[in-house]
Amino acid sequence: MMRFLLLFSRQGRLRLQKWFTPMTEREKKKIIRDMTTLVLARQPRSCNFIQWKDLKIIYKRYASLYFCLGVENQENELLALEVIHRYVELLDKYFGNVCELDIIFNFEKAYFILDEFLMGGEIQETSKQMVNRSIEASDMLQEDDSSEWYEVELFG
Amino acid sequence: MALKIVKGSIDRMFDKNLQDLVRGIRNHKDDEAKYISTCIDEIKQELKQDNIAVKANAVCKLTYLQMLGYDVSWAAFNIVEVMSSSKFTYKRIGYLAASQCFHESTDVIMLTTNQIRKDLSSPNQYDTGVALTGLSCFVTPDLARDLANDIMTLMSHTKPYIRKKAVLIMYKVFLKYPESLRPAFPRLKEKLEDPDPGVQSAAVNVICELARRNPKNYLSLAPLFFKLMTSSTNNWVLIKIIKLFGALTPLEPRLGKKLIEPLTNLIHSTSAMSLLYECVNTVILCVQKLRILIEDSDQNLKYLGLLAMSKILKTHPKSVQSHKDLILQCLDDKDESIRLRALDLLYGMVSKKNLMEIVKKLMLHVDKAEGTTYRDELLTKIIDICSQSNYQYITNFEWYISILVELTRLEGTRHGHLIASQMLDVAIRVKAIRAFAVAQMATLLDNAHLLTGNTQRNGICEVLYAAAWICGEFSEHLENPAQTLEAMLRPKVATLPGHIQAVYVQNTAKLFATILKSQEGNADGTTSEETTQLMIDRLPLFVQSANLEVQERASCILQLVKYIQKLQQKDVEVAEEVSALFAGELNPVAPKAQKKVPVPEGLDLDAWINEPPSESESEDEQPKAIFTKEEPKHSRPRHTEVDEKELAKRREARKQEQANNPFYIKASPSSQKVYQDAPGVEHIPVVQIDLSVPLKVPGLPMSDQYVKLEEERRQKERAEKKKKEKKKRKEKRSGRGKKHDSGPESEEDITPAHMVDIVTEEMPENALPSDEDDKDPNDPHKALDIDLDKPLADSEKLPVRSHRAAEALKSPVEDAEAENAGPQESKKKSSKDKKEKKKDKDRKVDAGNLITSTDLLHLVSLTDGFLFFVCDIQGNLQDGSQVVVSVIFENKCSSFLKSMEFNVLDSLNSKLQRPEGSGPHDGLTVPFQLPPGVSNEARFVFTVQSIVMPQKLKGTLTFIVKNEDSSTHEKLDFKLHFTCTSYLITTPCYSDAFAKLLESGDLKSSSIRLEGVNMPFHHLLARICFHHHFSVVERIDSCASMYSRSIQGHHVCLLVKTSAQTVSIDAKCDEPTLLGNVLDEIKQTFSQC
Repeated sequence: MMRFLLLFSRQGRLRLQKWFTPMTEREKKKIIRDMTTLVLARQPRSCNFIQWKDLKIIYKRYASLYFCLGVENQENELLALEVIHRYVELLDKYFGNVCELDIIFNFEKAYFILDEFLMGGEIQETSKQMVNRSIEASDMLQEDDSSEWYEVELFG
Repeated sequence: MALKIVKGSIDRMFDKNLQDLVRGIRNHKDDEAKYISTCIDEIKQELKQDNIAVKANAVCKLTYLQMLGYDVSWAAFNIVEVMSSSKFTYKRIGYLAASQCFHESTDVIMLTTNQIRKDLSSPNQYDTGVALTGLSCFVTPDLARDLANDIMTLMSHTKPYIRKKAVLIMYKVFLKYPESLRPAFPRLKEKLEDPDPGVQSAAVNVICELARRNPKNYLSLAPLFFKLMTSSTNNWVLIKIIKLFGALTPLEPRLGKKLIEPLTNLIHSTSAMSLLYECVNTVILCVQKLRILIEDSDQNLKYLGLLAMSKILKTHPKSVQSHKDLILQCLDDKDESIRLRALDLLYGMVSKKNLMEIVKKLMLHVDKAEGTTYRDELLTKIIDICSQSNYQYITNFEWYISILVELTRLEGTRHGHLIASQMLDVAIRVKAIRAFAVAQMATLLDNAHLLTGNTQRNGICEVLYAAAWICGEFSEHLENPAQTLEAMLRPKVATLPGHIQAVYVQNTAKLFATILKSQEGNADGTTSEETTQLMIDRLPLFVQSANLEVQERASCILQLVKYIQKLQQKDVEVAEEVSALFAGELNPVAPKAQKKVPVPEGLDLDAWINEPPSESESEDEQPKAIFTKEEPKHSRPRHTEVDEKELAKRREARKQEQANNPFYIKASPSSQKVYQDAPGVEHIPVVQIDLSVPLKVPGLPMSDQYVKLEEERRQKERAEKKKKEKKKRKEKRSGRGKKHDSGPESEEDITPAHMVDIVTEEMPENALPSDEDDKDPNDPHKALDIDLDKPLADSEKLPVRSHRAAEALKSPVEDAEAENAGPQESKKKSSKDKKEKKKDKDRKVDAGNLITSTDLLHLVSLTDGFLFFVCDIQGNLQDGSQVVVSVIFENKCSSFLKSMEFNVLDSLNSKLQRPEGSGPHDGLTVPFQLPPGVSNEARFVFTVQSIVMPQKLKGTLTFIVKNEDSSTHEKLDFKLHFTCTSYLITTPCYSDAFAKLLESGDLKSSSIRLEGVNMPFHHLLARICFHHHFSVVERIDSCASMYSRSIQGHHVCLLVKTSAQTVSIDAKCDEPTLLGNVLDEIKQTFSQC
């Protein structure tokens, strides 16, 4: 099972955090601090795995962003790397040539995409098409909502 | 009207949206904190508005701020508001915020149950979707119990989108509410064959996760998974399935055979490395394949190859050992992750043969290592490797000691104590090595200045602790004790940490004794007198030490030495007596020894020693128990001076006893001893180590010498053996000559250089050999170890709807049962409940009679021959208007009690919380039934408006007594007494905060005097703490300040003084009525004693 997914920049600024098990703020902060220091200290061309306490940390750098996934000990590391990569692909597809700024300014979208891909620390949908389709559908619904709302506001 | 709306939307246009906030933060890099605090103020304003769009926008911004590390827990309620919006746009934001900010102790989660249930059953699949996603992040045991049934229904939803989410979240529900596993499992199993691949893979994921923890319960699913494995083409799913089989095969060996074919097919056909890795990992058939992984230039594969190796190592150490070269090579890798994995492997790979070689290599790395973390890791690994399984692989302890000494030269390591404990352990347990160890330690002490260059940051000086002790304890082996003594009394020693100085001081005395003894025969007494003088000169430095331990020991020893000097001047022989002070030998005791002391037959540790005290007395006892620890221990018997003869006599007696005691383990028959007895070993010459090897140069590594010597020794040994063998062969010419070819020496052939006698750590006699020390009782997955093949009992159905009053029930099973179970309740469960608290059994009160909280424990107990109940009233800290009454019901008769209904006549101020939709006079059904002799606990929540006055509530309990042939309806009246004390909650308070509170001047004061209180002051305080929920802030002599807080935040401060049976309590509180009542209650407590 996956425990958490963190996205942070080269400078250690957190860009996204997803916790698959409930945790207190203090625990979260501790983990975030540990992860950023641990991952950012890694030399280029090292392997992408770190053993941290009883978790496996799998990280990967895409441009200026680090994707850092904490999984339980029995998990397959390469599969975790695939998960990270798949998420990046999904983001890329949604935003079109995704960059760090996309995630900063539309961070809630980034969460929504993640929620369609992973859930409760497990992979929810392995098909890219399916994930994209459900995100589109939810967005459509949201737009319906807001247009309706404008009508009410203006004429109600 | 229209204008207002336009104004509203214009306002909103000026509101910041998320993008503006992000932009703003990026533009205020210098004063970010200030900018954000203004933003938070704006958000607070926005949250106050009625417009849900504005609120949602605010919550969205908060979610972003939460990620930046700002506390947004104060907005939890607003998040719930946004979650409950009917518009998907806002609901989505609300659930996102909740999944980011809520955790198990977020109290508003309680409020979300109904909202979530509504969303789950929404006709819009995306509403249901966000609710499920959100719930997966913050599900609590309560939510899990309440919603389990709804989610289970969703597993069969028409839309696969919902089905797969429902399946995934089921795992979280199982973890929080294990009782749901059995009822939900059949449906989960169905989903393995769902037509939608997404749902199917979700089900595989969940079952994999479950099965990995408790594989034996899932063996029956093997055929199904086998089918999936051969038919599926989805790599993601295949990996999970293979992982599952990995967990199942150890339990069912036949599976392994069946799996080989499909797995080898996969290995040969797949192009996905991840799948290949998983297969290899599971089958563990090809170490050679792993070698390819490790040799790969891809660092990731290298890492995984090493990891897989370490798994194989556990089962097939031989096959891994042949790759030692490769693994050692990995130690040179620039990647720390890889180096650490390689180290792990080395740990398992050592043997007698290669230990020295491996450690030598590691020592080289220690020298080269840059980061201290990695170096420390190496250091611990070296020690781990050498000391594993009771030094099994060490053949030459002199080598080991010198390795340890070399390690002391590491600067700035944190593991000084580790090295020290190893030195101590080896010196104590390996008798043969003591002389050598002592010599080394003496050198170390002599060169202490090299180690302690900077005592502040240097953990290594811990080693001196060991060195000093070893030199002192085994001083008879010292070549030049006077020199060591001098080294230990240097003024520089005073800069060492206190505990080390203490050992120094103590051991100088031992050395002193040894020197005296060795000089005894000498006619010329100058040496002993000089030594005495040295002690007297140098010890005063330590007498002045700030460290108590050092000071005490030093002054004690100084006096002793002065006395000895006097005797020496009179030419009295003292050596014998002085050394007797330190005679006797210490035996190592195993760390687990205490735990393993078996309980003698016939001793029941849980039984009362005296008759259990009656109710009222036991309350007196409790505070005592709390406070006895604080009592100064004058009573400890002083060590009486025992004269020398007596001591010797006792020692003799003890030795005698040990000798006669068959269970006393002295020098154990450890595995090492076998070598001593083995025939032929005696013929092997033990190489005398030439101690003139430059040991004295502390900068030079010398362990290498031993490696070389050891090599030579082994060579010789081998030659010897060959000779012998030849002889033998000559003797029996007819034998098959070739067979005894002396190939590489096997493990057993290597004999230790010394007659090594590793003393086993002492264990108590009859120690039980159980080894269940390592199991973690807190593992949440243990609860999921449930037999899934048993048919489902009626009682196990999921609760369809449970009401709030029973929310905090201890055991949700009972809850579930009570609502569904028919009258034929299975009796099995009842035995489980018996462990429920059975206190207060002896207290008999007539039926219907009222016992208000006279004892102030807020206990109301009733019994009428059928039923007996005790309750405890406690404020709810999270909610200022809630009081929780926990009631323990115990069935005292031989009939079955059911349909219990608890009802209280509400007053204006206090109301029983009833489930939605019930009238104000309806009773609450107690959510369980009671078989004879069983007790169970239920909690009822009351809302209270004002807490300043005590309250009495009348109530009734109705229930049906069911016999085999008849059933009768019974009724029991009672009163609940809500004292003011029950609204107080023990809250710790620091003295400075307390002083501030008193200074603030907002508090009204009041005071009482209690006459004739005849109890020690600390009992009095304990009584107030215990009965009235106060905590002691500060206590000076017979005066103490105490603090408590009410559930509505009133501060209550007490100043308690006592003089001669009179106790005066000055109290302050921001609510005078409350204070008056609390004081009355305190008075009442003491009037009863």
